[in-house]
Amino acid sequence: MTAAVIAPMTDSVFALTLALLLLAPLAIAGLTLVNTGLGRSRSAAQSLLGSLGIVAVAAIVFALAGAAFAGSPQGANHSFTLAGKSWNWLGAGSWLLGGFDSATPRTQLMLLFEFLSVALAALIPWGSGAERVRITTGCAAAALLSALVFPLTAHWIWGGGWLSQLGANFGLGAGFLDGGGAATVHLLGGLSALAVVWITGPRKGKFPQEGLATAMPGHNAVYVLFGCLLALVGWMAWNVAGAILWLHAPASALTGTALNTLLTASAALVAAFAVTRIRFGKPDTSICANGWLAGLVASSAGAGLFSPAAALLVGLVAGLATPLLVELLELALSIDDPSGAIAAHAGGGAWGIVAVGIFAPQAGQLLAQLVGIAALFGLALPLIYLLFRLLDCILPFRADEEGERLGMDLYEMGGSAYPEFVIHRDESSR
Amino acid sequence: MKYAGLLAMPAGFFLSLAALVLFPAPAPRMIFVLCGLAVEAMGLAVAVRGHMEARGDRRP
Repeated sequence: MTAAVIAPMTDSVFALTLALLLLAPLAIAGLTLVNTGLGRSRSAAQSLLGSLGIVAVAAIVFALAGAAFAGSPQGANHSFTLAGKSWNWLGAGSWLLGGFDSATPRTQLMLLFEFLSVALAALIPWGSGAERVRITTGCAAAALLSALVFPLTAHWIWGGGWLSQLGANFGLGAGFLDGGGAATVHLLGGLSALAVVWITGPRKGKFPQEGLATAMPGHNAVYVLFGCLLALVGWMAWNVAGAILWLHAPASALTGTALNTLLTASAALVAAFAVTRIRFGKPDTSICANGWLAGLVASSAGAGLFSPAAALLVGLVAGLATPLLVELLELALSIDDPSGAIAAHAGGGAWGIVAVGIFAPQAGQLLAQLVGIAALFGLALPLIYLLFRLLDCILPFRADEEGERLGMDLYEMGGSAYPEFVIHRDESSR
Repeated sequence: MKYAGLLAMPAGFFLSLAALVLFPAPAPRMIFVLCGLAVEAMGLAVAVRGHMEARGDRRP
């Protein structure tokens, strides 16, 4: 699992990994459906169009600039020497994907993996800002993430950066391990979601002057649950491809990786179902869906490293924690996160990263994982907040009151997602 | 208050990083990295607290 000697990729492994990466966008499709279903019907079309726009902008910006900063493990980089160690902190690749054609097959696949990852990471905060963030601002935020923040963390973790070298430089296991993007995609996306929610504030009427937070249930549980199933397919492909590319897993470990992904999500769903059944008397669809997603997210870091029993335990913890985290954020901390992205992606991602440290056999692995978490919370979150704050001064995140009253569909696009249905009464007038 | 919390978070990160350079032995390293994470957690708590206070002021 170290980056010491990596055998050249055979044609069959190349074909398998490419096929897996062609299935991985189903995770993006699933997440888009979940985000849309968890929002209200008055903003459904805007949510979907915004998701498409964000994926498109993220891909374009990453191609223009982000990929150069992200670099590749054997590629050029910016380093400095401190305390006798080399600190590789930024990639120095070519702009506009220069040299892509002549890159090795493995490097090309790594780049494709990063394109999908940046799209997914940029999509996560969009769900948290649902029903109040404009499409243009959402796309601009995606551009900032794709050009600056994601490439930085992707280089540290996947591009041969200092986090991946913690093993070689400081004897910390195999360095920071993140096969499927629990840190680079989900923790980063979850922290971005937190920054967006802090800047935009809650939806109108969510936290009244007196009493508890107002429940604003999603408009389509079918979208949400079908999105969860779709995400499973994408996630299994994503984790197996990640295990091949970043963990250098042998063929014998690939089936186990897919199986662990399924087991983690399953255990998380059962735990979330049980918690909501006990607490509310009936299972809660949105929290169960978030539990399922949290399980998938928690599997991302180490599905290729866990044993099946460990995968079940990781999922169980993720599923138990998600409902509690959702309640904590909404009821105790006044954070309005319609999609539950902060709990599912930031919470699940952080737990998955720690779990790799707990269950990996190498000595010092836990410390490497903790240093990675410290880097993301300590540097990425303040950086994202600062960038989004500056963006907010130029392009305000939040739509005006009219937008919230009409719904973002009518306000931004002039038409509803469900034009043949009678518009229901205005919940925000309460 | 939110900015104070967000400024404390990089301090926690650099504490964790310093632990790697300054302490070769595993136990002190782990303790200092955990201290760095604790500083980050406190920074996050202050930032969240700042968010809640701002929310309280702006409630309709």
